[in-house]
Amino acid sequence: MKADILARLQAERAAQRAVVLLTRLSDGEQHLWPQEALPAGLAEAARAALGSEKADNVTLDGETWFVHPHNPPLRIIVVGAVHIAQAMAPMAAPLGFEMIVVDPRRAFATEERLPGVTLRTDWPDEAMAELKPDARSAVVTLTHDPKLDDPALDAALRSRAFYIGALGSRRTHAKRVARLKELGHEDDVLARIHAPVGLDIEAVTAPEIALSVMAEIVAARRGAALGQPRPQPAPEQGRISIGLSA
Amino acid sequence: MTDTTHSEDILATAAAWRAEGEKVAIATVVETWGSSPRPAGSRLAVTASGRLAGSVSGGCIEGAVADAAKQAMATGTPQLLDFGVSDERAWEVGLSCGGRVKVFVEPLS
Repeated sequence: MKADILARLQAERAAQRAVVLLTRLSDGEQHLWPQEALPAGLAEAARAALGSEKADNVTLDGETWFVHPHNPPLRIIVVGAVHIAQAMAPMAAPLGFEMIVVDPRRAFATEERLPGVTLRTDWPDEAMAELKPDARSAVVTLTHDPKLDDPALDAALRSRAFYIGALGSRRTHAKRVARLKELGHEDDVLARIHAPVGLDIEAVTAPEIALSVMAEIVAARRGAALGQPRPQPAPEQGRISIGLSA
Repeated sequence: MTDTTHSEDILATAAAWRAEGEKVAIATVVETWGSSPRPAGSRLAVTASGRLAGSVSGGCIEGAVADAAKQAMATGTPQLLDFGVSDERAWEVGLSCGGRVKVFVEPLS
């Protein structure tokens, strides 16, 4: 690998732009796509690799190329700079996620409480309008405060976020669903919300809840059955399973 | 499956080592069959002085890859290595899990 290719590849990744490294295995010749114009076959293979997120070999005109996609990191947008968010933060980067925490309550959203995390102190509706969650984003609300959680969930439900989770008991969630319905969301859309948030591991402490949420996000990202939202039982059967009821 | 490079930025480590004046080679898993432990795209950075970062297997073939990397740094020529059960070397280097991997080793020039 030439130092110049390495520097350009790292610059693209640092700027959070998708980039594909193509290597000809016969002699090590390398190109970056889409930064360089490539023959149609190679460009198509590069585009497909970004979509599938899988590195693979492609043989074109008798030459084998290793096509290695580098997508920008996945994002976890957390609303609420609370104890659980603090416990999630150190897990996020090693799992391949950039974590962004939104909380207009400046006493909570401090660098000291959440080192190494992107902090935003604007209101969740404004933050979500700028962050524009996409299919590579997870959105988790942790405040228990409908003023903060609801606008974020409203925006998340209108996005292609691959995971949406909301902290709160089943009873709290039933009330939340009723409010979100008034904003025009149908049942099948509301069923995208994982609530109570996290895998059911009988989590009690904040780090345990953080672990259950991160595990559920990974399961959703990898397409595991555990990562599918659970059907909501009738509200009167409500059982407090995670965290506090609001 | 290729997001391993985000959590462990082996290329950043390779660049940092080179900036320190080290001779560096990068090994990348380019093809896997069967139960090989690391997916295509996994990287290992190696210096001529013997530093290692990342992995291309569960530790089974890193030694053999490091030897090939030193050779690649000496000659300046990349190499495509093939480890598998059909290869006697697989037993020698310990890839007894039944998998097979191809690893591309290139000097950082």
